[in-house]
Amino acid sequence: MTEPDPAEQLVHARGLTKRFGDFTAVDGIDVDVRRGEAFGFLGPNGAGKSSTMRMIACVSPVTDGTLRVLGRDPATDGAWIRGRLGVVPQEDSLDLELTVRENLLVYGRYFGLPKPLIRERAEELLDFVQLTDKRDAKVDALSGGMKRRLTIARSLINEPEVLLLDEPTTGLDPQARHVLWDRLFRLKQQGVTLILTTHYMDEAEQLCDRLVVMDKAHIVAEGSPAELIGQWSAREVVEVRFAPGDHEAMAGKVEDLGSRVEVLPDRLLLYTEDGDAAAAAVHERGLHPVGLLVRRSTLEDVFLRLTGRTLVD
Amino acid sequence: MTVNLATRTTPMPLAGGLAWRLVERNLLVYRRIWLLIVSGFFEPVFYLLSLGVGIGALVGTVAGPDGRAIEYTAFVAPALLAASAMNGAVYDSTMNVFFKLKYAKTYDAMLSTPLGPADIAVGEILWAQLRGTLYSATFLLVMAALGLIDSWWALLALPATMLIGLAFAAVGMAATSFMRGWQDFEFVQLAILPMFLFSTTFFPLSVYPRPLQLVVQLTPLFHGIELVRPLTTGAGIGIGLLGHALYFVGLAAIGLAVTARRLEKLLLK
Amino acid sequence: MLAAPHALRSYEYWLFQYKRTYKGSLVSTILFPVLFLASMGLGLGTLVDQSASGGVDGRSYLTFLAPGLLAATAMQTAVGESTYPVMGAIKWVKTYHAMLATPLGVLDVLVGHVLFIATRILISAGIFLAVMTLFGASESPLALFALVGALLTGLAFALPTIAFAAVTENDAGFAFLFRFVVTPLFLFGGVFYPVEQLPVVLEQVAYVTPLWHGVDLSRDLALGTATAAGTAGHVLYLSVWIVAGFAVAARNYRRRLAV
Repeated sequence: MTEPDPAEQLVHARGLTKRFGDFTAVDGIDVDVRRGEAFGFLGPNGAGKSSTMRMIACVSPVTDGTLRVLGRDPATDGAWIRGRLGVVPQEDSLDLELTVRENLLVYGRYFGLPKPLIRERAEELLDFVQLTDKRDAKVDALSGGMKRRLTIARSLINEPEVLLLDEPTTGLDPQARHVLWDRLFRLKQQGVTLILTTHYMDEAEQLCDRLVVMDKAHIVAEGSPAELIGQWSAREVVEVRFAPGDHEAMAGKVEDLGSRVEVLPDRLLLYTEDGDAAAAAVHERGLHPVGLLVRRSTLEDVFLRLTGRTLVD
Repeated sequence: MTVNLATRTTPMPLAGGLAWRLVERNLLVYRRIWLLIVSGFFEPVFYLLSLGVGIGALVGTVAGPDGRAIEYTAFVAPALLAASAMNGAVYDSTMNVFFKLKYAKTYDAMLSTPLGPADIAVGEILWAQLRGTLYSATFLLVMAALGLIDSWWALLALPATMLIGLAFAAVGMAATSFMRGWQDFEFVQLAILPMFLFSTTFFPLSVYPRPLQLVVQLTPLFHGIELVRPLTTGAGIGIGLLGHALYFVGLAAIGLAVTARRLEKLLLK
Repeated sequence: MLAAPHALRSYEYWLFQYKRTYKGSLVSTILFPVLFLASMGLGLGTLVDQSASGGVDGRSYLTFLAPGLLAATAMQTAVGESTYPVMGAIKWVKTYHAMLATPLGVLDVLVGHVLFIATRILISAGIFLAVMTLFGASESPLALFALVGALLTGLAFALPTIAFAAVTENDAGFAFLFRFVVTPLFLFGGVFYPVEQLPVVLEQVAYVTPLWHGVDLSRDLALGTATAAGTAGHVLYLSVWIVAGFAVAARNYRRRLAV
């Protein structure tokens, strides 16, 4: 792998490790994030995504390895780096004792920005996240989606070069998620580098140019969504349903039709380059499935392949 | 990694500038609940009025700092002043900080800005100082209005309460860095209440048998009261007061040193 | 419809909860009476007893103070248990909502919680009475009845407080309640000295407060100076607060919890 230009490399990690006592949350990962891209950390709960994000955000001391953010070391230049980051934490940390607008004003002051400038930006940002009519409302009274949007507005008050988003849409309804994606897409177009964690595959496919899949403190795969699908799944998936209880027995009769077959309680998943051909073959063999569906492979298939179907928490 | 920890935490006195942002934030919050702030001032005044009227009538006079008899109300007032400086500082640096830390996540948001742990600690202590000074000044005015101040030395009682407040805030914050959950605040109560009740707040040291006197003399609030009581009564002013002041300088220094060392533990995971 | 059996189920929940957490508060429940009686009763008592007044009404200050503190303890426990826990059960932990999703009705929820608060009052007052007896501050076997007096005093505060907690929107109101009701009552309600020593206006106000009635009732019982008429008067007055408080609390609970 060729080393990219350091100036364009906003995050550079080698052997990055985070330990809490005996527990290793992040175990020697290598990550590079380039200027202007949207970079995703995918993984199940407890994979080490949030710990990694907190280290990049310079709020969690690195246990071992190298980490450079915007070319500097968080251990010595933490304040300088944080001054150029925007952070949207997993749990909203809005100041519940302040109003919507005051949250932006006070937060801007933490960056040492002059009050007139903050006031101007606050108005723009409230407009950007569609909260202008809620400007004087107490934060407590906002819906989950509004709180999220306010957190994003807050993270932009210092016009950051990099925006860190930890599970930005968890717990939101579909409308709120789409509004948020729309705003994030616009930011990306404006040249803001996005780094996000998610366990929603559609979110990763929508937003990320490049991503890594983390599992049990390690990076298990890396690439663009298309690359990952190409590498870890077939192009298409045929979902075949038989009568309950028959799937195990039927798996043997179709496994030569694809690169891999997976048995679930209610269906078989047949990974193949040509779904229609495989589907036709199933019928030709006179297997009479109850239902049959051909679809494109998604990141979800990659994800489940890499991190397993068992519950992690 | 100890080297990195040190570089991040040691410039405690240099944290200054951004720490005021935290004070700004608290001012904005409290502007809306100013009534609650103002109300905090009444508690020591209620104590003063109640004890002055009632117990004063039962007790009459007690021996003042120089052994001469003074009115009971004049005896208890400076003690309440010192005790409320202690109570306010301890509350602000323990419960208040712990709540913001664990529940409101107020500091989490601050820490993702250029504000560091030191700014937050200094900011909260500054805030506690501002608030405490306001309460102390008002209480001194009430004392003056009730005719309980007999000396111009009383002007020094204000900086004295600030010093007392600073020391208790520093120690309180150091203690908070060791707290695991709310149940640990029981210990704060168990430290504060006995001091309030026994450190010569309501009756002079002479009431105790000799061994207990020695124990009482070890408590920080005793030194606070010994410092403030001569100043407002004008009795027993002497070089000894500097000794009590130095006691608090030392306490503040220890508290701040421990806090600085424990800040990462307190705020960063 | 009989409310009792259902209300007991709600009571059981609070007891269960308390059994898990009581250890945290046990130290202070025992230690605080000891500290207060030692400081105010013995320490300040030395000053009072040695002064020209020679005690209060011819008794040592400790024996005068202790029954007053007993009633004040009941008040403080009652208000403490009727503020944040009630708001929590409505707004934060939503314990009430969980209960109402079962066959329990609004009144069961209220009665169960009140029963628990009564238990808490009895526990702290009982511990206080024990400590007070160890200090030699209860002079009459009637002192045991002071426990009933303390319970009534506590409930006379608990029910109106519950009624308030059920409708207030945020906990800032509680801070005011403590600062402008509980603390002044504690200081001016006859616990530390006879209310006759207060300015006349304040003295008249004191007679209206339930705390003074509770203090006077406990004191008369603990010192063995109770008269039938006086006791009946106090009990009746405290009962009025309890019944009226319950009525308002029940109405407020229905408004807040019944859909």
